[in-house]
Amino acid sequence: MAKAKSGPLARRPDNSAFKQQRLPAWSPMLTANTVLPFFYFMAVICLLLGIWLLLTVQSVQEIRMDYTDSGACAHCHDLRKNVSNAALICTCKLYFHVDRPLKGDVFFYYGLQNFHQNLRRYMDSRDDAQMVGRKTNLKKPSSYCKPFATNDKGLPIAPCGAVANSIFNDSFKFQYLGSGSSDEPVPLWRKGISWYTDKNIKYRNPQMDNLSLAEVFHGTAPPPYWHRPVYELQTHDAINNGFINEDLIVWMREAAFPNFKKLYGILQRTNKPFESGLPKGNYSVEITYNFPVQYFRGRKQVVLTTLNWFGGPNKFLPIAYLITSCLVLLAAIGLTVVCKE
Amino acid sequence: MASPEGAAAAKVKLRPRKKKKSKKESKTRSVYANILGEEDDNNPNRHYADNKIKTTKYTVLSFLPKNLFEQFHRFANVYFVFIALLNFVPVVNAFQPELALAPVVFILSVTAIKDLWEDYRRHRSDKEINHMDCLVYSRTERRYVEKFWKEVHVGDFIRLRCNEILPADVLLLSSSDPDRLCHIETATLDGETNLKQRQVVRSFFDLDCDFDPSKYNSVIECEKPNNDLNRFRGYIIHRSGRRDALYKDNLLLRGCTIRNTEEAVGIVIYAGHETKAMLNNNGPRYKRSKLERQMNVDVFWCVIILLVMCSFAAVGHGLWMFQYGDKRPVFDVLSPEGTDLSPVLSAIYLFLTMIIVFQVLIPISLFVSIEIVKICQVYFIHQDAELYDEESDSHLQCRALNITEDLGQMQYIFSDKTGTLTDNKMVFRRCTVAGVEYSHDANARRLAMYQEMDSEEEECPSRGGTLPRRDSVGSHHSVKVVLRSHSTKSHRRTGSRAEAKRASILSKHTAFSSPMEKDITPDPQLMDKVNECGSQMDFMRFHSQPMSQLPSDLGDIMDFFIALTLCNTVVVSSPDQPRHKVRMRFELKSPVKTIEDFIKRFTPSRLTSGSNSSSSSSLATNRSSTKGCSSTLSSPSAESVNADGGAEHPNAAATCQPSSANHIAVFLPVPFCRACFQGNSKGKRQKKIIYRTQNYLNQYAADGLRTLCIAKKVLSKEEYACWLQRHLEAETAIQGREELLFESALRLETNLQLLGATGIEDRLQDGVPETIDALRKAGLQIWVLTGDKQETAVNIAYACKLLDPEEEILTLNADSMEACSLLLEESLHYIQAKFLCGSAKAFHADFAPFHIYPSSPPPPPHWSSSHAAVHRLGLVIDGRTLAYALDRSLEDKFLAVARSCRSVLCCRSTPLQKSMVVKLVRNKLKVMTLAIGDGANDVSMIQVADVGVGISGQEGMQAVMASDFALPRFRNLQKLLLVHGHWCYSRLANMILYFFYKNAMFVALIFWYQFYCGFSGSAMIDQWYLIFFNLMFSAFPQLITGTLDKDVSAQTLQQLPQLYINGQNSEEYKPYMFWMNMIDAFYQSLVCFFIPYFAYADSDVDLFTWGTPVTTIAVFTILLHLGVETKTWTWMNWLSICFSVALFFTVALCYNASCPTCYSPSNPYWTMQRLLQDPTFYLLCLITPAAALLPRYFYRACQGTIFPSPVQVGRQLDRLPAKDPHGNILSLSGIQTGARPDPERKSSVAKDPRRPREESQRPDASLSVRIDLPAEGGVKYTKNSQERLSVG
Repeated sequence: MAKAKSGPLARRPDNSAFKQQRLPAWSPMLTANTVLPFFYFMAVICLLLGIWLLLTVQSVQEIRMDYTDSGACAHCHDLRKNVSNAALICTCKLYFHVDRPLKGDVFFYYGLQNFHQNLRRYMDSRDDAQMVGRKTNLKKPSSYCKPFATNDKGLPIAPCGAVANSIFNDSFKFQYLGSGSSDEPVPLWRKGISWYTDKNIKYRNPQMDNLSLAEVFHGTAPPPYWHRPVYELQTHDAINNGFINEDLIVWMREAAFPNFKKLYGILQRTNKPFESGLPKGNYSVEITYNFPVQYFRGRKQVVLTTLNWFGGPNKFLPIAYLITSCLVLLAAIGLTVVCKE
Repeated sequence: MASPEGAAAAKVKLRPRKKKKSKKESKTRSVYANILGEEDDNNPNRHYADNKIKTTKYTVLSFLPKNLFEQFHRFANVYFVFIALLNFVPVVNAFQPELALAPVVFILSVTAIKDLWEDYRRHRSDKEINHMDCLVYSRTERRYVEKFWKEVHVGDFIRLRCNEILPADVLLLSSSDPDRLCHIETATLDGETNLKQRQVVRSFFDLDCDFDPSKYNSVIECEKPNNDLNRFRGYIIHRSGRRDALYKDNLLLRGCTIRNTEEAVGIVIYAGHETKAMLNNNGPRYKRSKLERQMNVDVFWCVIILLVMCSFAAVGHGLWMFQYGDKRPVFDVLSPEGTDLSPVLSAIYLFLTMIIVFQVLIPISLFVSIEIVKICQVYFIHQDAELYDEESDSHLQCRALNITEDLGQMQYIFSDKTGTLTDNKMVFRRCTVAGVEYSHDANARRLAMYQEMDSEEEECPSRGGTLPRRDSVGSHHSVKVVLRSHSTKSHRRTGSRAEAKRASILSKHTAFSSPMEKDITPDPQLMDKVNECGSQMDFMRFHSQPMSQLPSDLGDIMDFFIALTLCNTVVVSSPDQPRHKVRMRFELKSPVKTIEDFIKRFTPSRLTSGSNSSSSSSLATNRSSTKGCSSTLSSPSAESVNADGGAEHPNAAATCQPSSANHIAVFLPVPFCRACFQGNSKGKRQKKIIYRTQNYLNQYAADGLRTLCIAKKVLSKEEYACWLQRHLEAETAIQGREELLFESALRLETNLQLLGATGIEDRLQDGVPETIDALRKAGLQIWVLTGDKQETAVNIAYACKLLDPEEEILTLNADSMEACSLLLEESLHYIQAKFLCGSAKAFHADFAPFHIYPSSPPPPPHWSSSHAAVHRLGLVIDGRTLAYALDRSLEDKFLAVARSCRSVLCCRSTPLQKSMVVKLVRNKLKVMTLAIGDGANDVSMIQVADVGVGISGQEGMQAVMASDFALPRFRNLQKLLLVHGHWCYSRLANMILYFFYKNAMFVALIFWYQFYCGFSGSAMIDQWYLIFFNLMFSAFPQLITGTLDKDVSAQTLQQLPQLYINGQNSEEYKPYMFWMNMIDAFYQSLVCFFIPYFAYADSDVDLFTWGTPVTTIAVFTILLHLGVETKTWTWMNWLSICFSVALFFTVALCYNASCPTCYSPSNPYWTMQRLLQDPTFYLLCLITPAAALLPRYFYRACQGTIFPSPVQVGRQLDRLPAKDPHGNILSLSGIQTGARPDPERKSSVAKDPRRPREESQRPDASLSVRIDLPAEGGVKYTKNSQERLSVG
């Protein structure tokens, strides 16, 4: 009744393109004639991209060594089978030979297999608010951390939760055996291996207020599996200690799959002979073997790799492009043949 | 709403004074005048509803609880709330509980806001109505004062002026009209534009001076409020104790408009919600469409898939836990209490968790999206200018909001005849008086000319363009003058816009429908006799001779016309002065004067003497009066007064007139019924008249005319007085009034003297044959169910091409069950014998590009048995036989016969039979049925059918009230079904399938991930993306596509009705399609999962840095998938897709940048930002959607090229060179129906499918569509499309 219009044709609908559903429209027909050019175009694009990517990936080198129970580390593996030996230190050495020099930046990873960092309850078992340095959460961790929120004595655990508790605690000494018998340590950057935003925003130590780190963390307990409290992770470097210890930060970024690798260090290319990467020769890695993997039939690895502009040594992406290209081409040819009949 | 209120009022109203009457009290309502002086709290009327209306559902306070309560009636909502609440249980929670509530809250609030908005609109309109002004008598001021409508109370006196709208149901007490009449227009109530007369209550009839409310002291007893617009009973008790009966003719209904009456005064009887108009207003109806039923099955399948997936994950998790034995790995987190969970228990917990994680599979927004899309569809149907009728200024109304897609799936149409196929505008054609036929040839010519002009008019705009209208009018005018010597006026049917406009302006003030109805060119022979009669009477009056000396044939003519005149309602008004009624009613003081008057009126001189404009003073005959009964005398059901009638007795249709000092002649329009006349067949002459008239009547019926007999009876004064008294008694009765009146009529309707009969044509509506033809080509079976006589019905059926002169007609008329059974069996055998070989040929013909029966569609798949094919047969069955055939034992046989006939015509069927037929077909054949009708007798049929369509036309609004869609004209059905039905169906079907695909694809991604996370229920897709994916990222494009996508243009759909079969066979959404979509979804999710998986395998990628690309890829794939399925791209499609992508990245970037700790446990801080710097991300986003969509895209391309569906052929037709698409399609699709299938010629045709086009246009029974595309377009289509379209 509230219609503004009046008169005999008051109720006549507007004759607008929208209301009469006459909006100008592009209606593509999916027929061979329209689709085939697109198919061929796609096939060519994918083929070219695939070849280019494949060539790029070819230049990437990777050295991967399993040390779980191999050679010298076998005794450590046996030792770790018994939980009561957790305090005993066990080291072993891994020797390997590099045939082709690894050019460019070389990244040192440790790899774990069959370790499910992506379990739902495991992933939830952390307190980001604590790691960002909130004092309230330091003393009173989030309920997500349970049962690793407080220890038996009721002290709050810092960092709390299962993720931090299960930190990978093997450490590596990478050495270049060179030509002679002189062991030359391979210099690795142990900082700058985490995301910039993680190191600077997501993880902060609690405010110091002129106190030492140990005093700040006073009243908290280390996670049950840890041998050292969090403020002693890197005693000689204050900005790599506590919550902003980069090994901790790297570990806290939960891997997507049960088989993963995590960055341990990056080759320092300042001194000879590592200016252009790892020269060929013999190398050894001395491992402090702490992390038990036999409970979940896990494997531990050391991975050395170079990178290209779009990632690691994974050849899947170029292959995927090539396969897709082939499929599109096949489809296009099939369609052409059928239509020409 | 008002009835409980009324009941309460009745209980309270037991006043001590009337205690003994309490039993009667509860059935009636007493109304006292408020003027009587009792105070507010003592007012006897205080318990009645006041005139304030409130149609809102909620108040500010009750909105939230009431709305939530209503929403939880939907099972899906309960389910989603349950899942959201599950998140609050710590052991099983998967998301942040507050976040998990978001979608449910969103969905609920969208619905709530929609409800609120609707309610607010109702509130606003209520407020506006409540604040309209009217004049109410004020006791204190002793005059009428302006008051708002809402302040009007029962018992108030209201003064109404011309063109005012009635605020309440008012009993008419006084009128400025000298005849104490008041004219009202009830268009808002029942859509009838003609004026209706209402009479002042009898006891106030004789008031000479103005009505003075202060002197009123009567009490009115009447019925409780009810919704029957055509009934009002009661009586008024005066202080003297006298009682007067009250009828519906005394009641002015709320919402009507006063016309032609200067001033009227009445007392309010029912107010506000208790008015008949409000009680009739019961809002839109809710039905569940076929598509929705099908969808619900698939939702059920989704639930099963969900449960299977959850169980699988739960078992997997249990086993995964079990393999570690007692030694728990470091990454296995204990329960918060520090205790181990057994594998079984954690599997159970996990099951619940998985339900939460996979909840997206049951599409939460599906129901809301469907609702939104349907509202948009309804909006567009509403807005369609082609469904708008200029003449009546009405457009299509969708009363059921949620069955739009059913329109695209109809298989059977059941149509009423009168008013639906025909105009229900009665045009006088011929008459017979005293056994002499007056054929009115000139009149017939004149009518034919209207039709010619119609067709000319249609061509005119296309040819002439800006040719001035006036000129064309002038030319017609001159042509007409030559042909019509009697009338100088040129009338055209309202084919042109200007004329329509004028006519509708006219109808605002007068009651004309079209000039065709008004003008009559009299038969010269009859004219001579009438003139002779006139001169004779002049002579006799001059010599004061008694009338009885007139020759008997002239006497009969005179009586015949007197009867016609008297039994009519004649109102004369002038549009220039709408408030003044021109006093031209018959003064029936002397018959001589009457005749003179009559002759003056019915001779052409009337037509010439008026002014030139057709809008000048003219004669308005009530529409029903042309049928032969005056409106005051007609019975409520239109069918029962059908003039050719006889099925029902007309009620007391008598007008009495003192014809001489001692005798009273009663003139009656009666059904032709020998019994009425037999007693009187004394004279030989009368017998001859009866015999001849009978013959003429049959002839009229055969011509499709409606017939009406006119008879008279001469009563002595005593007889009359005796009858009158009993009749008055009957009239005043409250209980059983109808029966008493019927008896009273029976007493009078004996021994009548037959005068003659009239034949009136009920013209077909415009475009009915074309519409029926198109609908039939669209594969719809059309049945006509009518109450008419068999001859009339068959005739109309021929006229509207329902029956083909070429085809055989089976007529079933049986007197008994056995006979009926025998008949059915015979016809079944006959059909089988006759068409067995024919159908075998038809089978063969399927392999040829031409189909034997072009105008009948190929049978739907479930009719695969060859004998069930539809033959070129018509079935005519009458009401009595139908009653037998509908019996349980015979119904199967009847259906078998009816189903193999091309058209079925049921005549003389009662409303109940109509609905039984619809129900039978609907239930037994499991088909979608549509019933279309315009009258009260179609209501039951409309309600039974899957979709009920009402024609808002001439016979009131009952049909419209009961219908799901109301159309202005029958021809609109074509566009509604073929275009809107098709669109709605294909849009919605595609949207639902897409919805299932989309959710399955998204959820499957998470499912594949479970294999890599020990079935622990973790998701690589962040909870935010997971929850808002459906609501935001993928919501808009599909809504746009679901609302705007057009698979074939409207033009092509109308020109190739065959495309409608697509919807009838549910081609867009077959059960297997759901599974195909599911398989496609699983394939796509595999691609979208494993390409990123392998690309990132063995890297140091973390969960969300890997999960975010997967999400992004999924969004791209899903949107592109929609792109593949979208048929037309308007700027809105582009915009919505761009918007979705932009929204996803914006939300992702903002979310990932907002804060590092807020969204525990997941923490995707800065992930998206980092990904955007990663080339792998882009490489993945390129290759994955391409690989995922390749099969579907390839399939669609193959389908479009190698085996296009009819719809795709239709689309290709759309794309033909645009310079003259109209003509092109017409010439390309040479679709003819015509001569009978000639097997020999057929075979020769079949041999050479590529014969030249000219040949294909030869009128043979073949259907061929040749699409000759330009050379570069590829000539490949020709053959394929031919086959497709002809086979359907």
